[in-house]
Amino acid sequence: MSNRVGEHTVTFSRGPRIISSHTVVGPLEGEGPYALDFDEILPDDELGQKTPEKTERLMLEIVLEKTLQKRNTKIDDVQFIIAGDLLNQITTSTLASSTFAAPFLGVYGACSTFAEAMGLAATLLQGDFAEQVLIGTASHYQTAERQYRYPIELNVQHISSNQHTVTGAGAALLGFSDQGPQVTHATFGAIVDMGLKDAQDMGSAMAPAAFSTIKQHLKDTGRSLEDYDMVLTGDLGKQGRKMLRILLTKEGVPGLERLQDGGSQIYSESQKAGAGGSGAACIAVMTLGYGLNMLKYHKAQRILIVATGALLSPLTVLQGESIPCIAHAIALEA
Amino acid sequence: MPLPWRLEGGSCLQYIIAFLVGGAICAVGQLIIDTTKCSNAHLLVGMVCVGAVLSGLGLYEPFQEFAGAGALVPVLGFGSSITKGMLSEIQRLGWEGLFTGAFEITGLGLAASIVFSSILALLRKPHK
Repeated sequence: MSNRVGEHTVTFSRGPRIISSHTVVGPLEGEGPYALDFDEILPDDELGQKTPEKTERLMLEIVLEKTLQKRNTKIDDVQFIIAGDLLNQITTSTLASSTFAAPFLGVYGACSTFAEAMGLAATLLQGDFAEQVLIGTASHYQTAERQYRYPIELNVQHISSNQHTVTGAGAALLGFSDQGPQVTHATFGAIVDMGLKDAQDMGSAMAPAAFSTIKQHLKDTGRSLEDYDMVLTGDLGKQGRKMLRILLTKEGVPGLERLQDGGSQIYSESQKAGAGGSGAACIAVMTLGYGLNMLKYHKAQRILIVATGALLSPLTVLQGESIPCIAHAIALEA
Repeated sequence: MPLPWRLEGGSCLQYIIAFLVGGAICAVGQLIIDTTKCSNAHLLVGMVCVGAVLSGLGLYEPFQEFAGAGALVPVLGFGSSITKGMLSEIQRLGWEGLFTGAFEITGLGLAASIVFSSILALLRKPHK
């Protein structure tokens, strides 16, 4: 087990890299503070489709296709597609991937899906099971809203701890090259369930998962937060970000100024998006947009992505179950 | 005996009272939504029940006399109409009135909202 360090972390000595990526976001995200980091900002959140589910699927197809195009790669040269999204039975991913004739692995980690896919892709590459792996996730405000909360038509008021699902999609091609950010470590998190039941405040439920994975990652690798130029959590939102800081402070972990949160930052204060962004696309577009630009323009040398997911379903919420949460950490180096 | 401000054709004061009372009921609902874990469905059903019970105790009628549309239009008034319909049907039919009475008065509002929302749903796209 030479590819393992510590208890939960795997390391990739062969140096798989993100060799191509593409992000699209909806108009609201395109008005946010990170607009310039995204590849494409959609003029509207429908794209001429009849339903938002179709739009979500189309967005995923667009990013998968453009990621391949940028690298001039055909789907035949890709050994695996790993994709996931928020909808029941991850239909967005399966429908979008049906046009790509490559072995498909569907993953679900709610908003952490992207990091799970990236960790698995790097593992497949390290194990010499693949030369190139395509990963992608998408989410849409309207589809998530009607599956997890209320139909949009009902126009239910949002409370301040609600997070706003990001409309967007991100895809990346992982492979071997001498360029692009290198995936060095992945710490797959264990499920953390602190018994929180409030589906209106998922940030607070996810913070302990982020805390546990960060602690595990630092312990396994022998690093501290200060070894990273940026630790991008996502998408804890304003509530969860606060709670994570409290937990890390109590533990006496130094370097809290390195912490950033994709969910709390993707929208500006004036956009009134509750506690911030969430959704499978949130950490995907923040990593592939903002994170990769930080590495590309040498503002950061090494970053840690900690993607968090609240693994609830509308049914478990109604049945009074608590919210199991997860966080996966991926270390990237320029 | 009519209250002094309930003049023939309605006075300005009557409108103001209806506005303030109706607004106050809605403000209470908003406070419940904002400060408790109640969902909209809880609030809606709760308000209907409160209206129905108050009406059954004979407390809603004088309140409605005082506030007019301010008490009739919010969903409390809907609850009160359920009870009123039931009571009148019980007098007419006996115990069967418990089953026929609930929609005696409210049926108009229910049918109208279904018909008009169906028409609008055909004509317009819902707001995002």
